[in-house]
Order: sequence, then C-alpha cells, then structure tokens
Amino acid sequence: MNTTQVQTGAAAGGVGRSIWVRRLWPWLVAVVIAMLLPLLVTSNHGLTMISHMGVMIIFALSYNMLLGNTGLLSFGHAVYFGLGGYMAMHMLRYIEATGFGMPLELLPVVGALGGLLFGLIFGAVSTRRAGVVFAMISLGIGEMVTASSLMFTGFFGGEAGLFGNREAPVSLFGIDYGPGRNVYYLVAVWALIAAVIMFLLRQTPLGWMANAVRDNPERAQFVGYSPQMVRFFQFVLAATFAGLAGGLFIVVDEIITDETVGMIQSGLVLLSAYIGGIGFFLGPVVGAVLVVFLESELSSITDAWLLYFGLLFVAVVMFAPQGLFGVAYQQVMSWRAGEWVRSFHARLYATSAMLVFVLALIAVIEKAYHVLRHWNPQEPMPLFFVTIDATSMVPWLVSFAVMAGALAVFFLHARPLLRRALDSGEGA
Amino acid sequence: MSQETALALKGLTKNFGRAEIIRGVDLDIKANERHVIIGPNGAGKSTLFNLISGRLEATSGTIQLFGREIDGLPPHRVNRMGLSRSFQVTNLFQNMTVMQNLRCALLWSKGHKYAFWKLVNSQQEVTERAEELMERLNLTAKQHVPASLLTYAEQRALEIGATIASGAKVLLLDEPTAGMSRTEADDMVELIREITTDCTLVMVEHDLGVVFNLADRISVLVYGEVIASDTPEAVRANAAVQEAYLGTEVH
Ligand SMILES: Nc1ncnc2c1ncn2[C@@H]1O[C@H](COP(=O)(O)OP(=O)(O)OP(=O)(O)O)[C@@H](O)[C@H]1O
Ligand SMILES: [Mg+2]
Repeated sequence: MNTTQVQTGAAAGGVGRSIWVRRLWPWLVAVVIAMLLPLLVTSNHGLTMISHMGVMIIFALSYNMLLGNTGLLSFGHAVYFGLGGYMAMHMLRYIEATGFGMPLELLPVVGALGGLLFGLIFGAVSTRRAGVVFAMISLGIGEMVTASSLMFTGFFGGEAGLFGNREAPVSLFGIDYGPGRNVYYLVAVWALIAAVIMFLLRQTPLGWMANAVRDNPERAQFVGYSPQMVRFFQFVLAATFAGLAGGLFIVVDEIITDETVGMIQSGLVLLSAYIGGIGFFLGPVVGAVLVVFLESELSSITDAWLLYFGLLFVAVVMFAPQGLFGVAYQQVMSWRAGEWVRSFHARLYATSAMLVFVLALIAVIEKAYHVLRHWNPQEPMPLFFVTIDATSMVPWLVSFAVMAGALAVFFLHARPLLRRALDSGEGA
Repeated sequence: MSQETALALKGLTKNFGRAEIIRGVDLDIKANERHVIIGPNGAGKSTLFNLISGRLEATSGTIQLFGREIDGLPPHRVNRMGLSRSFQVTNLFQNMTVMQNLRCALLWSKGHKYAFWKLVNSQQEVTERAEELMERLNLTAKQHVPASLLTYAEQRALEIGATIASGAKVLLLDEPTAGMSRTEADDMVELIREITTDCTLVMVEHDLGVVFNLADRISVLVYGEVIASDTPEAVRANAAVQEAYLGTEVH
C-alpha cells in the first residue's frame, strides 16, 4: 500500500549511504525533469500548461493529506486554494499600488497564510466528525463561500474577477517574470519545496497518527490522541498548502475569478488525487499532470472532453480503485516477480482487445456529438484518419460491431488466457 | 504496600436503554495492587472497563483516578492521566506493522504529541522502547508484518504490548489470555506480573488458575453488582461467591 514504507523496510539492513541514494534518486529525477521540461515545451500555451501542472501537483498533494492520509473526503478543498489565491492577488495589487517591497517569489507565501487562516476558521467547525458528516460540512462551506463571492464583490472582484501584474513586484534574484518560462521555473521550485515538505510530513508523529485515526479512531484515543485534533491539524496543514497553490496560480494567470473557490475546482482536485491513486504519495502527482493535460489539450481536440473525463473517472473508480499510479506500481511489482515473462503475450493480447474497444467507443461518442451537436449533421466528419458521413448507417454499424467483437474477444478469450498464464506461474 | 487509592468507583451505574447493566458499583483499588475482576458472562465486566476508560459515559456515579474525577472525560484525556486499557476483542491499527503499532502507542507518552516538525523514525527513544517490547513479546521476527496478518495469539500479544507500551500507572486488561494456548497464556501472565511490579493492574480473567495465582485482591461482579471484594483466600471461602459464581465453575 505504501511505497515509502516498503522501501524503508527493505533498506533497513543496508548501508547508510545506499539508503540515502535510494531515498534521494526519485527526487533528483523529479528535479531533472522539472528543469528540462521547458526545453521540450516552448510555446506560451505549453508553458502555461506545465505551470498549471505544477500548481495542480501542490493542490492535489495537499488534498491527499486529507483523503489519503487522514481519510477525510472533502468536497470543498478549492475554498482554501481560491481564498489563498485571492489573498495573494490582493497583496499583488497592493504592491502594484504602493510599491511595497515584497518580492514576487514570496507572494505564494501570502496565499499559504490565507489558506492557513481560513483552514483554522473552517477546520475548527468541520473536523469534529469524520465520514459523511465531514463530507457534508465541506460541501456546505464550499457553497457558503461561493455564495459570499456574489455578495462581497469588493474582495472577489465580481464576475470579471481581479487582475494583477506579476512584473510589478521586485524579484529576490533579479529575475524578469515577464516570460512564461521564468514563471514556470518559479512554480517548479515551489512545487518541489512543497512536495518535499508534504512527503516529510507523512513521517512525523502527526502524519503517523493521521493514518492511525483514519484506520481506527477509537484505538487512537486509547493511546492518548484526540482524533478531532489530529484531523484539525491535518486539515489546517492541507489548507495551507492549498493556499500556497492558489498563490502560485495567480502568479501564473495574473487573474483570479470566483470559479477558483467553486465546486468544479473542488471536484477537479478530488478527481486528480483519485485518478492518480490516493494510496501512494506520487498518485496525486500523476493525477494532477494527467488532469491538467487533458483539460488543456483534450478540450481543443474534442467537444466531448468532459464526457471522456467522466468516463475515465468512472473507469478508475470501478476497475482500478488503486489509481493509475497504483496500477503502474502493481505492474512493476509483477514484472519484478517475473510474471511478465510467461504472460507477456497474453497481456499484450488483452490490452490490445481493450484498446480496440476504447477506440470504437470513442468513434461512437464522436459521431453522437457530431449528429446531436453540429449545426449540420450531414457535413462530412473527420474521424481518426478517414472522413465519414455521421448520419449514414454504415459507420455506426461498423463501430458497434467492432465494440461488440472486441468485448467478446476480451471476455471470452483474452482474459481467460491471461488468467491461465498467471495461474500456471503460481503452480510452477 | 502503599495505601493510596489508585481507582475509586462510587455508586457507578450504567443503563443501556431500560436495561440496567451496572447497578451501583463501589470499588476501591489501591495503588500497586493486582486486582482481578471475575464474574459470569454478561455480568458487565467489559462495560465496567468501558466506563472507567471513558469509552462509555456512566449513567450516574463517580470515578476517581488518584483522587481526580475522570468520569465524563473522553478516552484520550483519561489515557493521558495514566490509565491504559486493552480490549477483549482485539483492537489494533490493522494496516500497520507490529513496529508501527508499538510506535504509535508510544508517541504521546514520549511527549511527541501532534508534532509535525520531527520524523518518527529518528526518535531513538521510541524505537528502542518499541524494540524492547517486541523482544519481550516474541514479535521481533514479525516486526514488519501488518497486524492483520498476525496469528490470533500474536495479535493478542500485540494488543497487550500496545497497552503497556506507554508505561501507564494503571492498566486495565480485559481477558488478556482468552483464546491462548496454555504455554502462551503462562507466558502472558509472566509478562503481566513483570510489568505490574510498580503499577496498578485491574484485570478481567476467566481462568481461575491465573486468577488465584496473580491476584492481590479479587472482586466478583454478578449482574452488575460487586458481591465480594477481598483477598483471594477470603473470596474462595465466601459462601455467596461460591453459590453465585465459583460453584458453577467448579464442577
Ligand atoms: N453497547 C451496548 N448496548 C446494549 N447492551 C450492551 C452494550 N454493551 C454491553 N451490553 C450488554 O451488557 C451486558 C454486559 O456486557 P459485558 O460485555 O459488560 O459483559 P462481560 O461481563 O464483559 O461478559 P463476557 O464475560 O462475556 O465478556 C450484556 O448483556 C450485554 O449484552
Ligand atoms: Mg467482557
């Protein structure tokens, strides 16, 4: 379930230095990737996207401090992201207006303090109970803050939101934050710092007791811990990091609207953490990267992107509750156990069958969107590498036949074959 | 032996709905004594422990721990005042390993509280004490095994380990040897004897061999009332006890 624990367990007998190498190399890889990414992604659009990924990584990791570590399902985590963002935006505008000397690099800290402040206030009322009660209260607070954004237009900037200029503050290191690339590096550095801190927080007494309270709040009480206090502290810390993410977000976008405190944003972070895998530290990182990528790229390719999004979420919840990172982790483990050698062909076969099914499903969805949404359904429609008429029967029949065929192959032949390949190994 | 009172129950009652389960219990337990509570199934022994440890709130009456009122306090507050308990039905952090369970049981008592600025694994004192306990419980070989994968007897041992880890002044053990083999039970009793040389033990036990071997005093609880509370010899000779409880056990 927990990669770090497995690692420390395995490394316990090793030499001190090799433990450090094992612990540090994933972080070094992360640093290298973060540094090299702008060499691949050079467009303004791309740089904004990878900056948003960095912001979302912090946000999703902070969400997992609640869901994964403490077992608290929140439907209103964006409140702290958004309010942190607004606090930072007001500071940015104050700097612009008065020339106040706070450097841009530290602006996200204002966001974090905003998250902390509202975390203290709302955490006190919402962490008395876990489970459904907590989830409902988080939903209520989310609605409440959304409603206040319509009332306090001075603070929230009304429908247009608030603008700021990130080039107004000074820079600690004399960096010009006009170009998107420099902003990306600022995001990357903050994301790494925040990730390291959140990783270490899991291994503190509070982090351990958060797991304990998640699994058995009663026993936690009988070793001296108040579950309510453990939840409260975790909540406040999670809100602080969400606020930090919000503060970085306004540096990237230079605008903030009340959507950032809203339900969609709260749903998006839940989705990111869950799709990636809440049982692993890296799960939310993978989820955040994927969700931002899909949101940014898929929406320009297809109108049906939200539908795909929903399908992906449902598929993960139903078939891979351990999340995408969890699936990858299992595959690596199974590779190491030598299971791939004897089942490689069966795996390839089953995966291909599923892939064919998914492609046919995409064809159906795209055609349906074309017929139902396009002003002229008769217009020829490009699909994969051909052009079809979505109103004629043939393309529909073909897609449905392929879907049915792929499913039949998968369930009647590929899956049993894969099972046998795996079982034969266990017997041997 | 010190005559200070560790635990004093006065007029304690507990009703579940209309059922009166604890019906006016008065009990004084002296510091450093080994006090065993016996009684037939359903007499209310576990319920009494739940009241003392704060798991349940009493309907009426008072509970004092070293002279301080503890009734109405939540379990974690009672625990911090030096009272630790085990459960009749194993109650552990099932996903955590043996080592992690013991460390969690030690964190508060070693003063780490809600700290989020230090790492658990670098707390030498916690690690050493946990290793010591594992050694004593014969669980060292299983230190990285999750509690849920331990055998029943190992889970029971860990349950006791987690209870005694913090070095509480008063221990409540609810049937610590139930379901164990003869040798495992003997080993457990030996461990309990060792660790209770300078603390107060209140224990529920069905095995009369263990009871008379370990107890300084015995209380007999029948239908929510203490019908006798005395030295083992006196309890053995008590006619009411023989009729209500021992008589049914002997043949
Ligand atoms: N939460 C509860 N709600 C209702 N009734 C309860 C509750 N807990 C215990 N009881 C009842 O109280 C009575 C005493 O239960 P208790 O568990 O204290 O007995 P016990 O002396 O520990 O018995 P055993 O030797 O079987 O462990 C039983 O009749 C039980 O059904
Ligand atoms: Mg009982």
